[in-house]
Amino acid sequence: MSALIAVAVPLHTAVKYVAGAYVVFLAIVLIYVAIMAKRLRRTERDLVDLRRELDEQRADDREVGRAA
Amino acid sequence: MITYGRRLRGLSLVTIATISLAYALAFFYAPEDADQGFIQKIFYLHVPLAIVSLCGFIFGGLLAIGYLRTGDRRWDIRSYVAIHMALIFGIGALITGSIWAKASWGHWWVWNEPTLVSFLIVVLLFATYQPMRFSIEDPERQARYASVFAIVAGAFVPLNFIAVRLANQYVHPRVLTLEGGNLPASMALTFYIALLGITLLYVTLWTYEMAAKNARMQVRATRRKLLGEDAMAPLRRSAAPS
Repeated sequence: MSALIAVAVPLHTAVKYVAGAYVVFLAIVLIYVAIMAKRLRRTERDLVDLRRELDEQRADDREVGRAA
Repeated sequence: MITYGRRLRGLSLVTIATISLAYALAFFYAPEDADQGFIQKIFYLHVPLAIVSLCGFIFGGLLAIGYLRTGDRRWDIRSYVAIHMALIFGIGALITGSIWAKASWGHWWVWNEPTLVSFLIVVLLFATYQPMRFSIEDPERQARYASVFAIVAGAFVPLNFIAVRLANQYVHPRVLTLEGGNLPASMALTFYIALLGITLLYVTLWTYEMAAKNARMQVRATRRKLLGEDAMAPLRRSAAPS
């Protein structure tokens, strides 16, 4: 096995790698939250549709009741 | 009815506060590593991500036991979300680890390092979980097979961890040992707060996704109840339980 030795990296280089790692982490969390927000909007849209369909059904029922 | 969203706001605030504290400590309190210098700051992100990811896979397996014992689909959904989240954290650990390896060792990846390769094997194993679910059309069979997979693969995680620990040849640093590790107190405190923060992030995102899935299922159930089966759009084939 080749010996791998962790060495100190110059500060200006290390900052780039550390920033890169933390940015990747932040990006993963933000992408996940964005996907979840999109799903939430879809659920809200489904709820609005459901409410509209219910209102239409109630209106139809009232029409049928009046006609009877 | 279970409402996952009830404590979500408080949980989110605690998570944000803990992660902010952890990384403030990492950059302004914990000393720089004598050997590696500033690059060692990745440690406070990479190691908690890896630990939480592995624990998440085991958690998914434990939840899958709940499904096999009760046949209640909610356990399958919990297990699915736990594994899904753990996979995201695992990919995060692999990417941050690669960045650290490149800076420290000069290589993005080292194939003869048991810790790295074993972690990759675990992530790849669980990466097959979703395609496996997708390949099974019947929801009951899908949930049953996925649960068996989650339990067996979840049991593989600690075995894999122990096998790597017993290996003599490694270059990957050991942080947590039975003797308490070799971190100075300020670094250890920062690390444990970072671990708590990442664990809380996992719990928050798990709860968030469970709340979203639960809300969708409630909408669907309400539609079925109020408007009848005719008003239901057919479910698309999916790896996710529905």
